[in-house]
Amino acid sequence: MTTPANPKANSTPKLEKVKTGISGFDQITGGGLPKGRPSLIYGGPGSGKTFFALEFLVHGAVEFDEPGVFITFEETAEDLNTNFSIMGYDLDELVAHKKIAIDHVYLDRREIIETGEYDLEPLFLRLGYAIDSIGAKRVAIDTIEALFAELDRESVLRSELRRLFAWLKEKGVTAIITSEADDNNRTRHGLEEYVADFVLHLQNRVKGHLATRALRIIKYRGSRHGTDEYPFLLGEDGFTVLPITSVGLNYDVSQERISTGVRRLDMMLGGKGYFRGSTVLISGSAGSGKTSLAARFVASAAERGVRSLYFAFEEAPNQIIRNLSSIEIDLDTPRHAGLLRFHAARSTEYGLENHLVSMYKLIEEGDPHIVVLDPLSNLLGAGEATAVSSMLMRLIDFLKTRGITMLSTDLTDEAAIPSRTDCSVSSLIDTWLYINFVEGNGERNRVISVLKSRGMAHSNQIRELLLSDQGIDLADVYVGLGGIRTGTARIIQEAQDKIDKATKRRAAERKHELMETRLKLLKAKIESLTSRYEANAQDMLAITHELQQEEDVETAVSATLADMRKADTCK
Amino acid sequence: MSDHDGSRHENGAENHSEQWNLRLYVAGQTPKSVRAFDNLKKICEEHLAGRYTIEIVDLIKSPQLAKDDQIFAIPTLIRKLPPPLKKLIGDLSDTERILVGLDLRPAERKET
Repeated sequence: MTTPANPKANSTPKLEKVKTGISGFDQITGGGLPKGRPSLIYGGPGSGKTFFALEFLVHGAVEFDEPGVFITFEETAEDLNTNFSIMGYDLDELVAHKKIAIDHVYLDRREIIETGEYDLEPLFLRLGYAIDSIGAKRVAIDTIEALFAELDRESVLRSELRRLFAWLKEKGVTAIITSEADDNNRTRHGLEEYVADFVLHLQNRVKGHLATRALRIIKYRGSRHGTDEYPFLLGEDGFTVLPITSVGLNYDVSQERISTGVRRLDMMLGGKGYFRGSTVLISGSAGSGKTSLAARFVASAAERGVRSLYFAFEEAPNQIIRNLSSIEIDLDTPRHAGLLRFHAARSTEYGLENHLVSMYKLIEEGDPHIVVLDPLSNLLGAGEATAVSSMLMRLIDFLKTRGITMLSTDLTDEAAIPSRTDCSVSSLIDTWLYINFVEGNGERNRVISVLKSRGMAHSNQIRELLLSDQGIDLADVYVGLGGIRTGTARIIQEAQDKIDKATKRRAAERKHELMETRLKLLKAKIESLTSRYEANAQDMLAITHELQQEEDVETAVSATLADMRKADTCK
Repeated sequence: MSDHDGSRHENGAENHSEQWNLRLYVAGQTPKSVRAFDNLKKICEEHLAGRYTIEIVDLIKSPQLAKDDQIFAIPTLIRKLPPPLKKLIGDLSDTERILVGLDLRPAERKET
């Protein structure tokens, strides 16, 4: 009960691996080559086999305290010295310190006469002697095929090679055997079948006048491995493989937001800007202000002490700095403060892999928080679309695992719909801004909109993008009967609106006044009528009174007369 | 056949006074190396009687010589003298090739 036994782990011990020390290779193989076993590495001429083998030995000797034996059938001592010094090592010194032992097996069929049965035991003896003399843990044999070229008895060679692989395994050394590739991308003499554990294929293809190097793991017994092609670089630092650091999509995502550097653009993106570690694409036609937005982002990040790495594929850094200073974006200060690094290269200068590998290296070195690719579309010219998108995916994965925010610009055809032009990359993009021009009224004005922005309530509005010596700002666009209005048309429209409003108000005011006057008149009329009514009423009262008085007088007079006449009072 | 003739005009390889110094590299007592030695002995007795030496080098006892002398196969026969140096690999069973290879019978053409 105390031991939560895992029977599987006991029965199949985990495959031990040996680090090659080759940048990126140990990552893609999950730790390097199978320990104590022979590995086959094959490729065409100039594909980097020898370099791979040499690096494997040198790193072992220098970094991992594993001395190595190099058996070469091809390179002379001088060639080897040159190769080592290219990698920055002194071969003589390594040999003197018993870190490396070298044996050059000289074969020339013009000097060899075959007179019967033979075997290659001396090679085993030489190898064994070299291994024992320095206590080697690593062995590289370059290129085994030379035997086939110089000797006739193929059946002997095959059985001896089979014996060699078994012998190496028994010796417990981690070995690399290099071999030539044929036209079908297999080894020329079918050596794969002898090696059970690890087979690697190196390729150097030329497509559209650009050379691309890639490697592919054909076989890795007992270990999970990607089946993809991995681009690699043979540069001044030797062999570098561009790794896929995240084979899955399980990187941490950040809730942290980074300001775009433009307040109103932040507002459009849920009020806070981009997500940290997200992938931002700014599409737009020539001169639409993509670089300006990218630079503003970088500059404002620098103000907060955030490091950026700027890949300029189109313009020289100094030109970018000069141009942007005209719209109040200062990139010179952060550059001198070490917060902004430029790396300028024409995208057509090297193959796509070289670009991405060197980008990867610069990112490793500089450890930036923000990476800008300006423009991404130039990289598209460096390879086929599918190759570019797969490579971009690797780069993006690499950046995401490191929590680096990537902002790339993308030059689009003015007439094209952006969601179509870059279907290859769009799914990789988290936030996609689109700048286009609205023409009218003899002007071209920039408008910006958010095509998509994952994970935030972004604005659906179109804004006018204003670039001036005041910097970058956004303005509401006028949306009216005539559609969107921008630039001076917008200003005119806005003014017209003001005038219209004022006119309307004045008209209403006048109407109001008119009614008021009318009412006043009516009121006055009512008043005068009332006074006339009252006057008439009084007149009437006075008349009634008079009449009464007259009647009274009449009555009194007739009574007096009757009295005087002594008339009887009848009737 | 050319023992007494010498055929000096060919290239002088069969100068009677010339000393032959041969070295046979083996790796232990294997059937192949025993066979090679027997074959070599036979050829020498036939063509170089009295003016040859055979040195046997066992690479298992002195492996560093394999590297120093650029030996990659066994058996290997080296003709150290007379110059130029010749290298033959195999159990020396192909007599024709050995004779040609060692200039012992330069492209045999029977005169008369």
